[in-house]
Amino acid sequence: MNPLGNIKTICKRELLAYFTSPVAYVFIVIFLLLNGFFTFMVGGFFERGEASLTNSFFMWHPWFYLFLVPAVGMRLWADERRVGTLELLLTMPIAPWEAIVGKFVASWLFLGLALGLTFPVVLTVNHLGSPDNGVIFAAYVGSWLMAGAYLAVSCITSAITRSQVVSFIISVVACLFLILAGFPPVINLLQNLTHNWQWLVSTITSFSVITHFDGFEKGVLDSRDVIFFLSVIGFSLFTTSVILRTHRTS
Amino acid sequence: MIKVENLTKTFGAKRAVDELSFSVGRGEVLGFLGPNGAGKSTTMRMITGFIPPTGGTITVGGFDIMENPIGAKKLIGYLPENAPAYTDMTVHGFLNFAAEMRGRRGAEKSKAVQRAVEMCFLESVLHQSVDTLSKGYRHRTCFAQSIIHDPDVLILDEPTDGLDPNQKHEIRQLIRRMGEKKAIIFSTHILEEVDAVCSRAIIIDRGRIVANGTPEELRHKSDWAGAVTLRVNGMTADTVEQKLRQLRTAKKVTATASGNRVTATVFPQTAGDGDLTREVIEATNGWQVEELRTEEGRLDEVFRRITLPDTKN
Repeated sequence: MNPLGNIKTICKRELLAYFTSPVAYVFIVIFLLLNGFFTFMVGGFFERGEASLTNSFFMWHPWFYLFLVPAVGMRLWADERRVGTLELLLTMPIAPWEAIVGKFVASWLFLGLALGLTFPVVLTVNHLGSPDNGVIFAAYVGSWLMAGAYLAVSCITSAITRSQVVSFIISVVACLFLILAGFPPVINLLQNLTHNWQWLVSTITSFSVITHFDGFEKGVLDSRDVIFFLSVIGFSLFTTSVILRTHRTS
Repeated sequence: MIKVENLTKTFGAKRAVDELSFSVGRGEVLGFLGPNGAGKSTTMRMITGFIPPTGGTITVGGFDIMENPIGAKKLIGYLPENAPAYTDMTVHGFLNFAAEMRGRRGAEKSKAVQRAVEMCFLESVLHQSVDTLSKGYRHRTCFAQSIIHDPDVLILDEPTDGLDPNQKHEIRQLIRRMGEKKAIIFSTHILEEVDAVCSRAIIIDRGRIVANGTPEELRHKSDWAGAVTLRVNGMTADTVEQKLRQLRTAKKVTATASGNRVTATVFPQTAGDGDLTREVIEATNGWQVEELRTEEGRLDEVFRRITLPDTKN
């Protein structure tokens, strides 16, 4: 059978599962409320007087995703194992990677939908001034890629355990590392600790999503940043498949 | 259709399945018996490709499950233990998903779903969410999933577990009907099911096959096979026991009295021996015999004898 058809079937089922449970609606509402509050109240969108979303809107995304994306990803495999449907899914005539990709894509599309629903903020900034919409578009792409990287990490933690709560906590910690590795105070600390061993500091910071999201926020679609996010996704999904296989052999 | 050779599975130091070999052909219903933890589910999970074996080979319809898993899995319908199903879907949605996963699209898909729904009597709950279903309906929903592509091979792990007697009866009839054209393996704890459904049964204990044969052959292994039970009036238990013990083919006699009636059982020296019945009839000539019957052998007794470690040998 064709892999694309299988992936589509799994993806469709997974998306439906989000919308038949309250998860999807709770997530979207909270995501939009947080975005609104931080952009206008904390980020000082009006006070800045800039026709830009970089410092008021997009800068919060790495932090929102830290808590929200693991909440979306935690059920992916943990629930499947707990209920026993994993046995059903993996005895169907499909390759395991098709199931992994199908489930990941469904959640990623869902995150994309939530992100897309923040469009009123784009309308607002366009109404008030004349921003560079290219920059905004690039930042949206970057934000979605970053969400994908977090999600792929959540896939791993979700495959490790049957418990959604455990999965959530581990993936928050893992994603926190991805952020903090590029967080300025942490970089300063690292530089002091290592007596400015630049190669070590830059190796660690190159793992940070913040470093790579930075370019997108400025409107730069750097292929290196795209490759970074895609390779985090690819590596994490591969790790997920290894974990699932290990569970079955032992 | 299914061929299992020297199948072995170890979990750490524990051998869950130990050098198992058997085969199931089309038109056969194989009953898998054994105490809990004997390795039934593990064996089924290996045949369906869910867990890889430590050693040995499994071929389904000519496809090796390790080398060509997708080819083999296409032929298999599988009902896992506890009948898992996606609880957030409706029965209809779930069966549609299963049909799509089996490569059915469009009109072919709706026909497959329709057929499975009719066979498993699911019309009344079709648009209900799976997590609101009673256990019986959930079981049948998962069963419907396993037959949705009309597979040549059916692997059913305790298909009647947790059902009420009527539902059990329905599922058994369904299995027997489908067994005419398919190769079916099903596991059970209920021994009467073996008689009702199986054409052959295997008893597994600690990962090994300890008995393999038709239900009749298995029953013949019982001490009870060919034993004669009779009820006599107007004699003491002792005299009955003494007289019956003198029979040439008798091995053991038990006799208990209640009121002025004695119920006695004579066990044959070789199980399933038909001579004993004739001898008993001759010996009891002139007695007030109220009832006399030849036992067929009891599966539960065979099962206990070969799977309980302390009564072994």
